[in-house]
Amino acid sequence: MTKRFTVVGQPLPKIDAWGKVTGDTRYADDLVLPRLAFGKLLRSPHAHARITRIDTTRARALPGVYAVITGADLPRVKFGILPVSQDEEALCTEKVRMVGDAVAAVAAVNEETADRACRLIEVDYAPLPALMSIQESLAHPEVRIHEYGDGPNVHKNVALQFGDVEAAFAAADLVREDVFFYEGNTHLPMEQHAAVAHATPDGKLTLWSSTQTPHYVHRLLAKILEMPAAHIRVIAAAVGGGFGGKLDPFSHEIAACRLSQLIGRPVKIACTREEVFYIHRGRHPVLMWIKTGFTKAGDITGCHLKTWLDGGAYGSYGVASTFYTGVINPVTYKMPVYKFEGARVFTNKPPCGPKRGHGTPQPRFALEVQLDKAAEQLGLDPADMRRRILVEPFTKTANHLTVTTIGLGECIDRVVEASRWRDKAPRYAAAQAEPSKPLWQPRRRRGVGIACSSYMTGAGTAIYWNNMPHSGVVLRADRSGGVTVLCGATDIGQGSDSILAYLVAEVLGLDPKDVHVHPADTSLTPVDLGSYSSRVTLMCGHAAIQAAERLRAVVFKAVAAKLEVDAATLEARERKVGVAHDWDKAVDFARAVELGEAMHGVLAFAGSYAPPKRAGKYKGGGVGPSPCYSYSACVVELSVDEDTGEVELHDVWIAHDIGRALNPLLVEGQVEGSVYMGIGEALMEAQVFRKNVHKAPSMLEYKTPTTLETPEIHTILVETDDPEGPFGAKEAGQGPLLPVMPAIANAIYQAVGVRVDEIPITPEKVLKGLELKRQGKPARVGPDRVPLFTFKEPIVVESAFGAPAEAIAVRPFADSQT
Amino acid sequence: MNIRLSLTVNGESRELLVPVHKTLLEVLREDLDLIGTKHGCELGECGTCTVLVDGAPVLSCLALPADLQACQITTVEGLADGGRLHPLQQAFAELGAAQCGYCTPGILLTAKALLGEDPAPTRQQIREALAGNLCRCTGYTKILDAVELAALRMTRDSPTVGRRSPAEGAPTANTKVGGPQ
Repeated sequence: MTKRFTVVGQPLPKIDAWGKVTGDTRYADDLVLPRLAFGKLLRSPHAHARITRIDTTRARALPGVYAVITGADLPRVKFGILPVSQDEEALCTEKVRMVGDAVAAVAAVNEETADRACRLIEVDYAPLPALMSIQESLAHPEVRIHEYGDGPNVHKNVALQFGDVEAAFAAADLVREDVFFYEGNTHLPMEQHAAVAHATPDGKLTLWSSTQTPHYVHRLLAKILEMPAAHIRVIAAAVGGGFGGKLDPFSHEIAACRLSQLIGRPVKIACTREEVFYIHRGRHPVLMWIKTGFTKAGDITGCHLKTWLDGGAYGSYGVASTFYTGVINPVTYKMPVYKFEGARVFTNKPPCGPKRGHGTPQPRFALEVQLDKAAEQLGLDPADMRRRILVEPFTKTANHLTVTTIGLGECIDRVVEASRWRDKAPRYAAAQAEPSKPLWQPRRRRGVGIACSSYMTGAGTAIYWNNMPHSGVVLRADRSGGVTVLCGATDIGQGSDSILAYLVAEVLGLDPKDVHVHPADTSLTPVDLGSYSSRVTLMCGHAAIQAAERLRAVVFKAVAAKLEVDAATLEARERKVGVAHDWDKAVDFARAVELGEAMHGVLAFAGSYAPPKRAGKYKGGGVGPSPCYSYSACVVELSVDEDTGEVELHDVWIAHDIGRALNPLLVEGQVEGSVYMGIGEALMEAQVFRKNVHKAPSMLEYKTPTTLETPEIHTILVETDDPEGPFGAKEAGQGPLLPVMPAIANAIYQAVGVRVDEIPITPEKVLKGLELKRQGKPARVGPDRVPLFTFKEPIVVESAFGAPAEAIAVRPFADSQT
Repeated sequence: MNIRLSLTVNGESRELLVPVHKTLLEVLREDLDLIGTKHGCELGECGTCTVLVDGAPVLSCLALPADLQACQITTVEGLADGGRLHPLQQAFAELGAAQCGYCTPGILLTAKALLGEDPAPTRQQIREALAGNLCRCTGYTKILDAVELAALRMTRDSPTVGRRSPAEGAPTANTKVGGPQ
C-alpha cells in the first residue's frame, strides 16, 4: 500500500465524545427557549375507524391551554417520504388507520395541562374492521385501508426476472424450496423523538428536531405547511440513536410547527416511550418463499424469491423496502439467474419502514439458512461451500448491480480461523447424535453456525429524482489556522461529524481538533440527503476530501509563491506547509492561510458528491445500485438448553470488509452495535399486536439484550481499499447486522438438530422443535404456507451475471473546477 | 401543591419550591438545569436517568426529591473534578464507548458506583452492575472495555489519568484489557 496516512486509520476519540461524557450534548428535549409552550398529541385508540366528530371546545376552555388544533387547522395536504406514497396526514381528518394515529394537538403552559387538555377533546369514531395481518388484508379486499396502490390493500407489487429460472432449476442436482418468516421489530433508540418549533412574526420558522434527515423534513414541511421552503430552517439536534427510526417527517414535528405559528411562542413536543413504539417505521414482518437450485459441488444455478411484507398503515419508505427484500441477495454469491417477486400489504398497524439493514435482513436470513440446509444435503462444509461461490470482484450481478472489491473470502477465512470452526463444527455436529444427559444434569448442547452478507455503501439514487449532489461540503479556512466544515450530514452517534474532521485534517495536514464541524442546519449547511443507506462516510467523505483538496491547492499556490518553489513539491503535515526536503522553511498552516487569503480572497471551497450512474436500465433498476458493497462473515457459538429451549450465546466472531477503516475504533463500534442489534432480533425482539394494540409498548416488556445477554464480540476488520470509497472506505453501520440472525439459527440447528425458520427464535419455538424431534417428526418450526397471491407479470431482463464492471465509473462533480 | 425542598446536588446546596409530585428527574432537568441526566422511559425500565444518591445508583425517574433532602445527589455534571475529567469519562471518550451518548450519563454513574464498591471488578461483575442500563448503539463491548480501563488507571493511580494517552497501555483497536475472553 503506497498511501501513508497520519489521521486516517488512527483509533482517535470522536470529536463530540467529550460533550457526551460530560452531559453537555444537547438533544432535542434538552432545548429550552424563553416562553416555551409544551405540546401533546391526541392519538387514536382505534386501529381503523372513521372520524365522525371532533369537538375541542372543552379543551380550549381549560386554563393554561394556548391552542388546540385538528387536521382542519392544517392545509389539506397529504405527504409521505417517498414521492410515490403521499398517504399521511399529520393530524387525521377523515379516518384513522392505526392505534396511535394523531387526530389533534394541544399547546399549553406545561406538559400536564397539555395532557389534561387532550383528555378533554371529544372524538367520535365509527369503527371499521381492523386488518392486522398480511393474510387478513388480502382476504378482505372489501375493506380498504387506502384507496391507492397496486391492488386492494396492496401497496406495492413488483416482479423482476433476470434469466430463465426454470431452466436453471432443471439443470440443478438439488432444488430446495423453503418458507421463512421474519417478525417485525423496532429501532428502540434510547432517546424518544422530540422537536422544538419556533415560528417568528416575520413569517419564518425554525425546527430543531431529533431527525436523521433534516433535508427531507425541510422539503416536506414546506409542502405540508404550504410555506416557502426558504422561510423554513431545520436544525438537527444531537440525535440519541436513530437506526432508521427518525427518517420520516412526523406528526409531532408538524404539529409543533403549526402550534407555534398560531400561538406566537416556541413549542416543544416530546414523545413518550409508548408513542415511539407506535411511531415505529421499523423492520417489516416478511413472509418469504425461496427456491434455489444447487449443483453437487454447491454452485447456485438459479434462485427465485417471493416476499410478502406487512407494511402497516402507511407507505413510508415501503416501496424501497419492498425492492430491498429482493435486490441485494445476488451481491454475495454467484447467482447466474434470479427472479424476485415482492408485495407490500397495508395493515392497520404502525407503519414499517427502514431499520438498520432496510429490507435486507429478512431475505438474508432465508438465503443463509437455506444454504446451510443445502450444504448438509450435499455433504459440504457450510463455510467452504460459501467460500467457493463468492461473486467475482469487478463484475455485475444477474440484476445489473456492479460489484467492485469483495473481501468476503478473507472474511470467511478469518472467522473460520478465529472461531476454530474446523475443530468445533464437526465435533459439535457429532455430539448432537449422542443421547441426552440424565435429567438431573444440565442438559445443554453446543453449536457453531456461520453466515455471510453484503450491504450497500449508500443508495445510488436519491429519494426524489434529481441531478444534484447527494452530499455537499463547504469548507472555510480562517486566519487562526482553523478550518470549519459545513455539511448537512447528521451525526446520529455513528460518528459522521468526526469522520468529516478526520478527512479534512488528513488532507490539510492538521489535527482533527483544528477542524470545527458544524451540525446539520438547512440554512447553513449544504444538503446531505441524510443518515440512511450507509451513505454518509462515503458521500460526505468524498465531498469533504474534494473541498479540502481545493482549499489545499490555493494555499499551496500562495505558499509556493512565497517560498519560490513549485507548488507540486509542497506537502501539508504537522500543521505546516512546506517542501519535504526543506522542512525548516515550512510555514505554519495559519500563515499559509493568510498567504492564501491575500492571493485568493476569502478561503471557502465547496465539495460535491453524487454516486456513479450505474442503475440497471429497467424499471426498478434504481433500487440496489451502490458505489460499492461491504461484506461480512460471522460465526456464532452458543449452547441450547434442552429442557427450557433457552439459547445462550458464548462468542460471536465477525469479520467485516470495511474497504479501509478511517477510524478502526469507530468501525468496531459500528460492527459491535450491529451484532448486538442482530442478536436482539434473532432471539427476542418482536413488534407484535394483540387486540389491535402493541403487545409490549415499553422497554421492560419489549425484550432487548442487556450486558448479560450480549456475548463477547470479536471483530476482525478486512481492508480492500475500494476505488469508490473515500481513501478506500466502505460502510460499517448496517452490513454487520445481517449475518447474525442466520448464523444463530444455523448454530442452534447444529446444537440440537432443530430448524427454527422464523425470527425471533424464542425458547418456546426451540422447545416445540425439540418435542417434534422426540416424536420422530421433522424438527422444523416455521411457516409452511404462503398466501394465495398473484404477482405482477415480471419485467424480464437479460441476466448481466459475470459481465465485467466498467473500469472506475464516471461520477458527476468529480472533476469539475471550483 | 408546591413543596419547599433543600437538595444537595453535586456538592451544592439548592433551595427550591416545586410541585410535590415532581420526580427527581424532572427537578434536576427542569428546575436545576442539569440536562445531562437523560430519560428513556420514565418508568424505571431503561436505566438512562440513573444518578447517584449517597454514592448508590438510583433511577431518578422513580425517585421523589422530598425523600432525598438529607442526601448527596450526584449527576453526570458532578463527575468531573473541575476541569479534570473522571477516569471513567476519559476512558469512555477515548475508547468510543459513547456513540449517540444518550445512555452514557446513566452508565457512567452506575459504573462509578461499582468502582466505589470494588475498585477492580471482573468483566462479569461489570456486566452484572450495568445490566440495568440499556444501550442500543454499542453492543456494550466498548463500554465494558472503558470501565475496565478506568478501573485499571484508577487502581494504579496513574499520573496520566485525565490526559489523552492511547500509547500508554490504553487499549487500541482490537486489543482488549483483562477479563475473561
